[in-house]
Amino acid sequence: MTTFEAILLTIVTASTPLLIAALGELVTERSGVLNLGVEGMMIMGAACSFAAAVTFDSTLIGVLAGIVAGVAMAALFALAVLGFAANQVGSGLALTIFGLGLSGLIGAPFVGARRDPIAPLDIPVLSDLPIIGRLFFEQDLFVYGSIALTVLIALYLGRSRSGLTLRAIGENHGSAHGLGLPVLRVRFLAILFGGACAGLAGAYLSLVYTRFWAPGMTSGRGWIALALVVFAAWRPAWVLVGAYIFGAATVLQLHAQAAQFGVPAQALSAIPYLATIIALLLLSLRHGRAIGAPGSLGVPFVPDR
Amino acid sequence: MFSKKMIGALAGAAALALFAGGASAQEKLKVGFVYVGPVGDFGYSYQHDQGRKELEKALGDKIETTFVENVPEPDSERAIEQLARTGHKLIFTTSFGFMEPTVKVAKKYPNIKFEHATGYKRAPNLATYAAKFHEGRYIVGQIAGKMTKSGTIGYVGAFPIPEVISGINSFFLGAQSVNPDVKLKVVWVNSWFDPAKEGDAAKALLDQGVDVITQHTDSPAPLQAAEARGKYGFGQASDMERFAPKAQLTAIIDHWGDYYIQRTKAVLDGTWKSEDTWGGLDVNMVQMAPYKNMPDDVKKMAEETEAAIKSGKLNPFKCPVYGQDGKEIECKGNGALSDEQILGMNFYVKGIDDKIPQ
Repeated sequence: MTTFEAILLTIVTASTPLLIAALGELVTERSGVLNLGVEGMMIMGAACSFAAAVTFDSTLIGVLAGIVAGVAMAALFALAVLGFAANQVGSGLALTIFGLGLSGLIGAPFVGARRDPIAPLDIPVLSDLPIIGRLFFEQDLFVYGSIALTVLIALYLGRSRSGLTLRAIGENHGSAHGLGLPVLRVRFLAILFGGACAGLAGAYLSLVYTRFWAPGMTSGRGWIALALVVFAAWRPAWVLVGAYIFGAATVLQLHAQAAQFGVPAQALSAIPYLATIIALLLLSLRHGRAIGAPGSLGVPFVPDR
Repeated sequence: MFSKKMIGALAGAAALALFAGGASAQEKLKVGFVYVGPVGDFGYSYQHDQGRKELEKALGDKIETTFVENVPEPDSERAIEQLARTGHKLIFTTSFGFMEPTVKVAKKYPNIKFEHATGYKRAPNLATYAAKFHEGRYIVGQIAGKMTKSGTIGYVGAFPIPEVISGINSFFLGAQSVNPDVKLKVVWVNSWFDPAKEGDAAKALLDQGVDVITQHTDSPAPLQAAEARGKYGFGQASDMERFAPKAQLTAIIDHWGDYYIQRTKAVLDGTWKSEDTWGGLDVNMVQMAPYKNMPDDVKKMAEETEAAIKSGKLNPFKCPVYGQDGKEIECKGNGALSDEQILGMNFYVKGIDDKIPQ
């Protein structure tokens, strides 16, 4: 394996959890709900999936537990912001803080436990192709899943009737309600979907990426996922691009250091964030105002008032 | 990240509420501990808590212990004072950032004994203690120098501060002493704890031809990356063999138990004095995990070096020490760099072909 291939492979693993979590948040936000609890749902996914995987000695059960944990956290958030029309920013932040604490408690008995790596899929013949072989045809299921998810979400939002409904509700919940669209039900499902994705991303972190549990191990990746949605101007394809840019910037700056390019590490670490700001700037120059943001994003909806 | 701090504050507040209620009226000496991280970090705070458990085991009939974990530095004064108010007569504050709050609370409670780890401010009722981890890093460096086939060894660093830099220098001097042409690559992750990024940093090093890595961050991720690639690494702060049974050559273990027992005994029999302790392999504050996965001659060399450092025959920073520009560093200690020079180290030694980030 050449260095180039190795770098590309590392970038793929670094980008995948960001991509999965950001896709979930994208769907939630397109329905008009801002959930700042991604970090909390993600780390709950990481803790619960690892705990379940070790207890039942099964990666599959682990992954399912991660998704369930994310959904449960999201349901709590939905109860607050849909049921009680609570402030979304405050509820989301509370969810993150709650998740970070609770995951520490759940994960405590599993500190120091380890899991064996899951084997990557090996597609015969294709994976022996030079360079692209290992990159495209010898990844774990999560990687293929995340790319399939991007395509499915893009199709769903752009081409399906129910996707259109979801977007309409996100753009203007008053009108949507007037047309008889089920605002709260659609938002509830969108929030749960966001939670499932965040939980899955967390499962990827603790089961594939690091293969152990440690409190606080998401280290802000949930926040990066949130930034990615904005970076992508709420478009699935751009989330994919953004996630890989973020992943690449993180990994390449480490390589740049190891290769002794003489650039300060702190400056290199800032590149992904700088990229977000620049992307936002370029986007707003082109469109004039905060483009792509759903019109009702972050506004509580109370029917019949 | 503020959300982490907030959770720490909440956890701290919850812990405070817990122990404020549950005090017993016996004449047992109450000993308190304040940790900066979670005891589940399997690294720095975990090892302090292992020390606390050893203390309980040794003197359990005469003392009781309390700990507060996850205490962010801005909140530490409250946590320390709360321990002082609830009858604790000996309080260990285990992070550098707790220095000023500890000094402040110690002034207020002159009858309580305080012990602050890794700081430099003392008072009649405030002692300081730290461990010479660089001694372990010298041994680890020698092993790395012997075990590398590519001639390039790697180091994952948290932040470019003196504690980490002296570790890098000691590691490199060790490697150089057995392999004069050895090269070192350093990658900074700008975090004490980000397992995924630490692992990526290790992978970056391995991808660029490094075949033995060590780390001064808190998770086992770099070691695990070495295991996955069939290369070698070392455990940090605790024995991490279970994460990498084939890759871990040894580990530098923070071992606080003996010190905690000794200091608590001193309080019990009234001989406690405020002093500064900087212990290393000689007093068991730094321990080496069993040497494994290496040929017998390398193991023998490591054991001999360990014994030589223990007996005081060998100092990792014995003079002459040369800076990167080849100039000799002024020798302010007795035949070696002085403690102050090591504790404030801000330069790389000769042979490290890299720059310290500013």
